[in-house]
Amino acid sequence: MKKRIGALMAVMAMSAAFAAHAQQPVKKAAPNAAGATDATTADFEKFRDVLEEDNPAELFEARGEELWKAKRGPHNVSLAETCDLGLGVGKLKGAYVQLPRYFADADAVMDAERRIAYCMVKHQGFKAEDLAKKPFSSGNYTPELVSLTTYVAGHSRKMKFAVPQKHPKEKETYQIGKEIFAYRAGPWDFSCSTCHGQEGMRIRTQNLPNLSTSEGALRAVQGWPGYRMTGGVMHTLQWRLNDCFRQQRFPEPNYVSPSLTALLSYMTVNANGQMYKGPGIKR
Amino acid sequence: MKTHKITLFCAASLLATGIAHAGDYRAQAIALIKHDFHTRGIATADRIYEDGVQAVCNYSSDKPPATIAARLQKDQFDAIKWPSDGKYLGDWKSGEKIAQSGRGMAWNYKPNNVNGGSCYNCHQIGPKETAFGTVGPSLYQFGKLRGYGEDMQKYVWSKIYNAKATNLCSAMPRMGYSGTLTEKQIKDLAALLLDPNSPVNKE
Repeated sequence: MKKRIGALMAVMAMSAAFAAHAQQPVKKAAPNAAGATDATTADFEKFRDVLEEDNPAELFEARGEELWKAKRGPHNVSLAETCDLGLGVGKLKGAYVQLPRYFADADAVMDAERRIAYCMVKHQGFKAEDLAKKPFSSGNYTPELVSLTTYVAGHSRKMKFAVPQKHPKEKETYQIGKEIFAYRAGPWDFSCSTCHGQEGMRIRTQNLPNLSTSEGALRAVQGWPGYRMTGGVMHTLQWRLNDCFRQQRFPEPNYVSPSLTALLSYMTVNANGQMYKGPGIKR
Repeated sequence: MKTHKITLFCAASLLATGIAHAGDYRAQAIALIKHDFHTRGIATADRIYEDGVQAVCNYSSDKPPATIAARLQKDQFDAIKWPSDGKYLGDWKSGEKIAQSGRGMAWNYKPNNVNGGSCYNCHQIGPKETAFGTVGPSLYQFGKLRGYGEDMQKYVWSKIYNAKATNLCSAMPRMGYSGTLTEKQIKDLAALLLDPNSPVNKE
């Protein structure tokens, strides 16, 4: 553990250096920014290669493992002995790359984080409101659900996305997600699709994946849960989608809400058949 | 401290209450969105409701019938507030700063925030800024290529004030109409594109 914390400290120092570096705009005389984009991307890839030797996500997986196995909550049971992520109670291998999926016990389609939250409330007796009090990482604080989701995701490392589309509600959820993706509203008239529905576009120097394609959708779900160099905290896709809606100038989505499950269904099904590398490192 | 909200157990009931019929995915999506989003700071929950233009564009996948598009564009155009003193151009130097700033309208900004135009997020504009987006067309050498006359000034004003007045389902926000930018700010941005001394045209 000591070695791991040492590695994490090194990673944090590096990500601070990266953040400072990233904020320096790459100044070039030519008005064409393609060069600047490539340079920034290449720099980031260099950092990522070094970082993946000691992937900081492992620290959060270790914490998540403790939480998964411990008897906790008012009912004093463990998730390991009660929680079915779709493949049977306590079965983790490959569960993450097969979510969102339909769960008969809840009569609902759920993504990974929503399902874990459901288990914590239903089986362990935690209060849903308490889980939503501070759902995102900041500073030295990491919510239990983030560690748990990272732990669960770690058991699908190097496995292919195979999100089921058999149950009518799974198909329906995908279609609803597709509609939410295209739903334009708010003061700036933005939908997800405004930025993520076409090929080869950028916001500033940031390349925008086209989530309606298989390659683009993979880029959106790959690397999450992810250790974010900006800020140096672990985040899940719940946080990422929340931040998308902020930038879309929308109101805030409720934590682990069905709208987000529907969007995750749309994105992840589109990425089906491609390999998930596991919890990763994000810019 | 802000309070987050959670929706964990009430998904299935939405359909049962007859808000949306199964199979009408757009209606189901809207019912879910209405249920799942809450006010945070200046980003009030009512923002999720479509206005007429948004609804027509959403419903037609951004390809509305020409007659409807023409009618709605006219409505948008007629509602443009033109500069009170009849002068379209302000200070390009201030315009450059407004074009650079992406601040405003999201839940992390205060109500009295000085908003930016987020222009460089999507457009190439001045020659010095290489970190520009490509969602919108390049505006580099805008005046030099298209002319500096009053018709062009009026066109630029209308585009910034309300891009939907000339292209109903444009990806560009309606910067004046939405209350994001002030009259003075729009003048300064127009000058960035149309002042012959602006670096956009000079270099």
